[in-house]
Amino acid sequence: MKTLDQTTDEVLNLAAQHFKVPRDKLNSGDDFFKTLGINSLQALDLLTRLEQHFSIELPDYELQDVSDFRTLAERIQSRL
Amino acid sequence: MLDLSKFQSLGEALRAALERWPNEVCLIEADRERENTRITYRQFKDSALPLASAMQRDGFQNGTRAAILMTNQSKWLISAYAIFFSGGVLVPLDYKLPADEQLRLLAHSSAEFLVVEYHLWRAMMQTAEFKSMRARVVLVTEAPAKADLGGAERWEEYRDPSEPTFVPRTRKDAACIVYSSGTGGRPKGCVLTHENYLEQCIALTSLYPFWPGVHYLSILPTNHAIDFMVGFIGPFTCGATVVHLRTLRPEFIREAFTRYKITYMALVPLILKNLERGLRQRFAELSPGKRRVLNALVRVNKALTKNKPNLNLSRTLLKQVHQAFGGELRAFFVGGAFTEPSTLQFFYDMGIQVGNGYGCTEAGTAITLNDFKPFRADTAGKPLPGMEVKINNPDTEGVGEVTVRSKTVMSHYLDDPEMTAETIVDGWLITGDLGRIDSSGHLQLMGRKKNMIVTEEGKNIYPEDIERYFEGLPVKEFCVFAANYLWPARTMVGEQLVLVVHSENERPLTPEIIAEIGERNRHLANFKRVSGYLEWNRDFPLTASMKIKRLVLAEQIRADRERSQVVAL
Repeated sequence: MKTLDQTTDEVLNLAAQHFKVPRDKLNSGDDFFKTLGINSLQALDLLTRLEQHFSIELPDYELQDVSDFRTLAERIQSRL
Repeated sequence: MLDLSKFQSLGEALRAALERWPNEVCLIEADRERENTRITYRQFKDSALPLASAMQRDGFQNGTRAAILMTNQSKWLISAYAIFFSGGVLVPLDYKLPADEQLRLLAHSSAEFLVVEYHLWRAMMQTAEFKSMRARVVLVTEAPAKADLGGAERWEEYRDPSEPTFVPRTRKDAACIVYSSGTGGRPKGCVLTHENYLEQCIALTSLYPFWPGVHYLSILPTNHAIDFMVGFIGPFTCGATVVHLRTLRPEFIREAFTRYKITYMALVPLILKNLERGLRQRFAELSPGKRRVLNALVRVNKALTKNKPNLNLSRTLLKQVHQAFGGELRAFFVGGAFTEPSTLQFFYDMGIQVGNGYGCTEAGTAITLNDFKPFRADTAGKPLPGMEVKINNPDTEGVGEVTVRSKTVMSHYLDDPEMTAETIVDGWLITGDLGRIDSSGHLQLMGRKKNMIVTEEGKNIYPEDIERYFEGLPVKEFCVFAANYLWPARTMVGEQLVLVVHSENERPLTPEIIAEIGERNRHLANFKRVSGYLEWNRDFPLTASMKIKRLVLAEQIRADRERSQVVAL
């Protein structure tokens, strides 16, 4: 079982890869809309990528009112 | 379609539709690649009537208010029909709002019944406001077997086999209370009558008809005026099929087009632009030869559809583009916010019509709509049949405030005669938007008169509602404004909010205060955030009851400051 820190780290790696930004520019507390400069549809795209990686299914509503990587990782962690 | 002029209420019209097309499929519910539900109009009736019966058993009667708080799905429409059948007033609540705000609106509406999805109910139960929840009967859908429902009942089990009584309503009776905004201090509950909806439906379907076999893809929230009309009342009164997709993931939306041979779809500018981006990307990946062929075909299509659309011709010329949308797509409806003309033109050049218009909840959805005679990307179209549009106090260029008179204009704001009197004057709805009517009768939107913004996702944001998130900030006073309200700009694209801050003793803001502003801002949903702050060094003008005179303050700021002085956050 992964720890929350590991999950958060993997989320940050995948986000950096997906949106082609340097990994060291991303921190767990960052607002991903702002740091990545993305809109809500692009955030859903990222969610799909994360689902594939973690082999889970997250309904769209799980992303509602989530805007930082850490909370996103928590939502993923609860389904692992 | 049914002759809606014969009906008194939505309940009566929907009831007739269920009798008229018993064997047509009315609803398909898909979640990703899975199909959850596929039911005919007869099966829809068989699901809704035992629900209506149980509600009536529990005291539901003529005029009872019932709220629905759900994502797009079949149970939304089944519950709505049970409410209308029983003479109720429907309160569609926005499932995207935070739970505490949903509870505040629920309380404001005085709804006695609530139909809610489990995950939303769970979030409500965790709020401080939950203690004062007054709904008498709560029906929760899709709750896990052992879930704590806090005294609520399971929607799936809430049935009564006895025959329910159809409760008639008149055209002037309230059908729905729709909250157009104001989740902060002053909720704006638009009371819309059965006549408002029936007349709107007649007007819209005269331009975009539905019939059995038409497939409408529903992804906009059904609580939103657009989807409620074109994703429920319109298709149902014509025997068409509504396809609910329970995800907004772009890849599943693309798949749904081809799987369900979609005819119409309503969307917000953000999604339309996303589809445009996807198509442009695919075009860019074509080999140079194929791209040349495509460009030539687009040019031919443009030339041949200059004066009016020719769907069959466009489908033949640009077969692959149309196939990507399932091959049956007739039109997109875009609304909820301003759409950039270049996006509308892009789709029209491909032979895909985008019904672009202008409207607001207070006017019963659409006021103007593109009529394609010929297509124009630079306007919001012409007034729909039955709509009178007048420009108040036009300037030398003909630009003034857009006002509307029609049978579709709401009755009033719930429990707010003062705001109603300010909004509906001598029968004319004052929209707060600026525009002009050009020589061919098209409405061109030129910005806003009111202090608000609309996001690309179609969300109306009122600055007053954002202020509560900055309460307790260690400054003398603060106020939130729409930037275009302070410094008028003739555009409705890229609208932003600005926090105006007046510090104690007019001292410059400390780094700690700036950090706190940034921190609070970060905690807001992305569409609610202020784009920056503006330092102000005079006392805010106040009314006798100590409220900020926003109009006066805005004038002072406009005279003293420039937009470039706003510090970005």
